[in-house]
Formats: sequence, C-alpha cells, structure tokens
Amino acid sequence: MHELSIAMSIVEMAQEEAERRGALQIQAVHLRLGQLSGVVKQALLSSYEMACAATLLEGSQLLIEEVPVVAFCPKCELPQLIASIQWFCCPECGTPTPTVLHGKELEVVALEMME
Amino acid sequence: MNAETRVQPCPVPRLVEVRQNVLKQNDVVARALRERFRTAGVLAVSLVSSPGSGKTAFLEKILTFLHSRFNVAALVGDLATENDAARLARSQAPVKQIITGTVCHLEATMVQNALDGWDLNQLDFLFIENVGNLVCPSSYDLGEALRFVLLSVTEGEDKPLKYPTIFNSADVAIITKSDLAAAVEFDEEAARRNIQAIRPGMEVFKLSSKTGEGLTGFLEFLERRHSHSGAPASN
Repeated sequence: MHELSIAMSIVEMAQEEAERRGALQIQAVHLRLGQLSGVVKQALLSSYEMACAATLLEGSQLLIEEVPVVAFCPKCELPQLIASIQWFCCPECGTPTPTVLHGKELEVVALEMME
Repeated sequence: MNAETRVQPCPVPRLVEVRQNVLKQNDVVARALRERFRTAGVLAVSLVSSPGSGKTAFLEKILTFLHSRFNVAALVGDLATENDAARLARSQAPVKQIITGTVCHLEATMVQNALDGWDLNQLDFLFIENVGNLVCPSSYDLGEALRFVLLSVTEGEDKPLKYPTIFNSADVAIITKSDLAAAVEFDEEAARRNIQAIRPGMEVFKLSSKTGEGLTGFLEFLERRHSHSGAPASN
C-alpha cells in the first residue's frame, strides 16, 4: 500500500506549482495512470482525499486517465495494444512483445487552479 | 440582483499543463545512483519477492561464495528488524540494514543514504534486498543495473500472473527452494511459461540455497554481467 505516499507526492507537486503561479486553490489534478505503474486506482483515490486535507487541494478532484499497455510487436513492426497484462503478446499475430512502450505512466498532466 | 453581481464573471478555473512524473524525485536520485555505480565499476543488483521466498538465504549464499574473490556488499530493507543484516553478516561481507518503518518498499534516497561511508570504488557487487512485497517495490527505481525477482517453488506457479507488474519490471527471475520442488509438486514448466508470458525472453534460474543446486550457473552469470558492465576489477 504505497498509494498514500504517491498521493502525497502528487499533492506536494501540485502545491508547489500553485504557489509558483500564485494560485489560491486547486480544483482538479489530471493524472495519467499506466496499467503497469504499480499503482491501484481505487487505493490512490482514497489516499488522495486524505493527502489533500489542509492543503490548497482540499476538496479537489483527482481525474485519472488510465493508460493501457502498448508494446512493440517485432513481427508486425508496430506498436500494439496488449489485450491482457497476463500475456505480453501481439493481439494480431501472437508474437511475444518484450518491449513495453506505454503503460508505466504515473504522470500529472495538468492542474485546474483558481487564481 | 444588484449590478455588482451581474458584472462579476463566474470564476472559471484555469487549466495549467504540467506534465511531471510523480516519482520524478525518486527517478532523479536513482539516475544519479546508477551513474555512480557505473563509474565506480559496481554491479548493483536488487532483489524483490514476496516475504518468505528465500531472499535472505539466497543472498547469504551468494555473498559467501563471491566474498572470496570479489568485494561484495549488501543493503537489506526491512520494515522493523535487523535480523536479516545479522544473518548476512555471517558471510563477512559489509552489510547495512535499511529499516523502512511503515514504508513497504525501498526508495532511491534510502539507498543513497545507506551508502554513506562506503567507498563504491572498492566494490565489485552491491546487492540491494528490497522489502518482501510484490506490489509496491515495482514503482521505484533504485538505480540498480539488474532487478531479480525471486519465486519459491512453494508459492505456486501462477505467482507471475498474479503480480504481472513486478515480474514485468524485473530483468531476471530466480526460482528458489528447488530442493522442495518434488514435495510440493511444483510444475516448473508452467512457472517458466508464466514468467515468459509476463516478460518474454527473461532469463530464468532455478536453484536451492540449501543444497547449492543451480548456484554455480547463477554465479557464472553474475560474474559475466560484472565483466560485461565494463567495470574495472578491484584489488
């Protein structure tokens, strides 16, 4: 259960950004969360609320965009959407796909702030 | 309604693009560590597994074997005790415990702090034993060159499918407690198939820290990786 420390990092980062821009309040944080990030969405959402208490983010929303796993298929020579993270292979031709291109993201993309 | 409220525009929040990795701080420290390891010629290896899969027994064996010919050291993460460090100290290699308190994983700064007082230039191998946990450690880069994931035969062949994120993040899989395989009817083929499904092409070793089965091949692999890392041998 490391979601609380992740949530605290998000809040800290957003808070710094808000202070830098002189914002009074943050209303929403937009986050990209990869399926292979090692972070559980539900656990992160509940931790986020706790982490926001008594900060500029109190009452704000965490808007999560889930990023599916995309791996490079060496046979098709194309990025392919992996159908299951229990089986890293190309959905088109079945070739094993060791090279993961997307799905590890844990990234704050934008903040909605009141100035 | 008075005139003042009519002219007051409704406040609209401003959308500010940020694009920042949440674990940026960890990644920055991890990158610096990786560079330090590289320039010092240390092969840094981390170990992850569930609790009780034999990380410490494995490490004790490896340290004991390598200690006669190489300069080896280990950092061991644990929530509360120093038992592991005490066990590993029997190998006579320098060992430091990182007590994480309530934190369920190691982070790059913990490794950085634990290295204080050690001269990396004097080392050939550094082993970093993570907290026994197959979930949280997967998100944190520790600057290691290789991440080993351990799976004991008593845990079941489907462990990789249950914890795909950490198996996918690892570079090498090690099946431990091979001496118990027959007793627990371990299906090695299924385990290997599952590992390959999660991380195609991953190198897999099977060994027993108790009987020594499979250790020679693994030690050769480590030595090969050490010499391939271009690291100068220490005296």
